Amino acid sequence: MADETTPTATASAETPSRPDRPAGGDRPDRGERSDRGGRSFRPGGPGGGRGEGGPGGRKYFRRKKVCKFCVEKIEAINYKDIRLLAQFVAESGKIVPRRLTGVCTPHQRRLSTAIKQARNIALLPFAGRAL
Amino acid sequence: MNRTYELMFIVRPDMAEEDQDKLISTLESAVTSTGGQVKNVERMGKRHLAYIVRKFRDGIYVLLTVEGSGGLIHELERRLRVTEPVIKFLTVRIDEEQKRLDKIKAIRDARRKTSAAPAAVAGEAPGEAPAATA
Repeated sequence: MADETTPTATASAETPSRPDRPAGGDRPDRGERSDRGGRSFRPGGPGGGRGEGGPGGRKYFRRKKVCKFCVEKIEAINYKDIRLLAQFVAESGKIVPRRLTGVCTPHQRRLSTAIKQARNIALLPFAGRAL
Repeated sequence: MNRTYELMFIVRPDMAEEDQDKLISTLESAVTSTGGQVKNVERMGKRHLAYIVRKFRDGIYVLLTVEGSGGLIHELERRLRVTEPVIKFLTVRIDEEQKRLDKIKAIRDARRKTSAAPAAVAGEAPGEAPAATA
C-alpha cells in the first residue's frame, strides 16, 4: 500500500531489485545449512527431532544441538533423579546416543553410569517400558 | 580411611512397618559397632519397580547414607544378602562426587564474587566523588 502512493519512478526502480534481495539472502542460508550438516556428521533426513533431551530439529532448519547439562549448569547427575535420566532413555530402554541428544562427552559419560546404576536398583528398566 | 556411601535397598512390599524399623536399627547398630557412622536414613516409600524382581512389581525403597571403611560396607552387604525380605540393594560411593561438586560450586561462587566486585567498585566511585567535593 505504501509503495503504491510513492511516485511511480521510484516504485519501478525498486520492484526489479526486490526479487533479487531475498534470493541473495537465501544463498548464505543454504551455505550455512550444508555447513552445519557437515560439521555434525549426521546423515540427512528429517530425523533431527528424535533427541528428547536436546532441542529437536525443526522441519527444514536444523538448529545446532547443545548439551543440556552445560547450558542449564546441571552438575549433579544422580541415579536417583529418574525424571532427568528418563529424558535420555528411549522407550525401548536404551540410552539415547550423544549424536541424537547433543550431550557433551563428559556429561554423557556420567549420564550413562547414572542410568546403569538406576537400572540396577530397578528405577529404570533394562529393556522395554517400566511396568 | 573414612568414606561416604549411599546404600539403597528395596524390601518386599508386604513388609510391616515394625519389621522395617527393626531391620534398619539392626543395620545402624552394625554400622556403629564397626566404627562407622550413619548420617541419614531416608524412607523413600513404596513405589513401582521398573521390572519384576523376585515376582514383585512394587517395593519399599530405603536409603542409608553411611560413613565408614570398605570393610563396613562388606559387612552391610553381607547382612542385606542374608536378610530374606530385602530383594535388591545398591551401594554407591558418593564422597568423591561430592568433593567434585563442592569444587565446582566454589569456583562458581568465586567467579560470581569477582564479577560482582568491579560493579561494586564502580558503584562506590560516584558515591565518593560528591562526598569529596562537599
